[in-house]
Amino acid sequence: MKKIDVLKIKEAFPVFKKYPQMRYFDSAASAFKHQSVIDAIHAYLAYNGANVHRGVYGLAAEATNLYEEARQITADFIGAKNDNIVFTKSTTHSLNMVARGLEDLLQAGDEIIVSKLEHHSNLLPWLELAKRKALVVRFIELDQGMITIEAFKKVLNTKTKVVATHHMSNVMGYITPLKQMTQLAHEVGALVVVDAAQSILHIPTDVLDLDVDALAFSGHKAYGPNGIGVLYMKKDFMAKLSPAEFGGEMVDKVYLDGSTWKSGPYKFESGTPPIAEAIGLSKALTFLKDIGLDHIHAHELELRNYVVEQLKGEKGMTIFNGHGQTPLITFNIDDVHPHDTASFLDQHGVAVRAGHHCNQLTMDYLNQDATVRASIAIYNTKEDCDELIKAIKDTRDFFHSL
Amino acid sequence: MDLKTLYRSVIMDHYKNPKNKGLLNDDTYLTVHLNNPTCGDDLVVQLLVEDNTIKDLRQLGKGCSICCASASVASEMLKGKTVNEALSLIQTFYDMLTGQPIEDKKILGDAIAFEGVGQFPARIKCATLAWKAYEKGLNPLEGEQNNE
Repeated sequence: MKKIDVLKIKEAFPVFKKYPQMRYFDSAASAFKHQSVIDAIHAYLAYNGANVHRGVYGLAAEATNLYEEARQITADFIGAKNDNIVFTKSTTHSLNMVARGLEDLLQAGDEIIVSKLEHHSNLLPWLELAKRKALVVRFIELDQGMITIEAFKKVLNTKTKVVATHHMSNVMGYITPLKQMTQLAHEVGALVVVDAAQSILHIPTDVLDLDVDALAFSGHKAYGPNGIGVLYMKKDFMAKLSPAEFGGEMVDKVYLDGSTWKSGPYKFESGTPPIAEAIGLSKALTFLKDIGLDHIHAHELELRNYVVEQLKGEKGMTIFNGHGQTPLITFNIDDVHPHDTASFLDQHGVAVRAGHHCNQLTMDYLNQDATVRASIAIYNTKEDCDELIKAIKDTRDFFHSL
Repeated sequence: MDLKTLYRSVIMDHYKNPKNKGLLNDDTYLTVHLNNPTCGDDLVVQLLVEDNTIKDLRQLGKGCSICCASASVASEMLKGKTVNEALSLIQTFYDMLTGQPIEDKKILGDAIAFEGVGQFPARIKCATLAWKAYEKGLNPLEGEQNNE
């Protein structure tokens, strides 16, 4: 497989011009922004700035074209049609929109399946919905931190109405067997809602092949801006789902005793959408597509395997996801709190995430209060990894010598 | 200040040998529970105040070394103080961390070791959690006093 030219790619991330020595291992929280993203956002803000779908003058038409082109690029990226794509403000926003919108379609006693690996954004909307509608929430039992089809089958039954799952865990980095789960879920008539925030920039996503009913992700983890999320929905699902937010642009006819809504994605895009952010996202996705996710992922995995190989024999530390399929490394130095570790790594210019990663249930599962997570991205180099390894060993040696 | 120096000084000592650790099942003590949901630091403190003076303090929590060491140092520093003295000391501790001028640094005692935490903005909340908990427990008492 063709190797990507990391140093050349790095040049397109201006943050490294300001911080050339930065060893950034927190891209799974937010990735740095590609120059094409910044340029496109700047161009819209500087030389347009008009609203979309409203004005009849040329500048407004140009803004609408840019925004709708962004929708098309986003749709193409996941193998969807443009009218399957709703722009939101974040993955969290997308998932809340689905959970709110399903409220009228569910009845007391209906069941929802989630797992203890879900990010809070794909857990709390469902727990809250379950509380409001007296639904039963079933948790897939984890097998070494993974979701297996066997465990999924144990909680799936004819009462299951919704299966809410991640594609790639933000703590363990494991990939959910989505396609098979979706087949099984559809056999009992359940909907499948997917949090793809972590997977979207590593694993090629083909929504038609996966056959999921809804799928959400954000711009800021995919080298794009924050403030933009995507909600893919199948057409019939979109038609059934009620809008959760009301206002300008989503309405068709306003009547005092019950208004009607626009069809397709517009039903869910109330108010002025994040126009600059949508345009920026489309540039980030174009950048990913041009290089190719398979090339990017091969680079990331090579580095991940290198780090794990260097650290796995080390005393005084634990890696929780040794056999990972994605570039996340979740670990702790024994008897050292992750925040202490992260502060010490920061002294080496190494940025990692420490905490519960918006995932308190997974921390319970791992029997840890918190963990350290190093996430590898397209712009990381082997030198970055050497610094990471050195910083981890140095931190361990310091604390264990006290 | 180098982070290693900061940790080597008082912090690791109190983290490994915490003072006044463990809670009492005694309802003459006032109990306050505070946590920091961002990082998972979670702390319970207890105060016994008699005649406007802090007679005893207890603390139990889980969190990073800065948080736990700070809870231990705070429990030592505040014991024996009047409510007003304690509240004033707590304020001085906050001022130290945010780089405000302090008239008399000596009153901070061992807590001066946390001065360097001010250079690590992400960790200031770790250092202040215990002091916030004690402050929360003492503030209503200050109110009672003023009413008298």
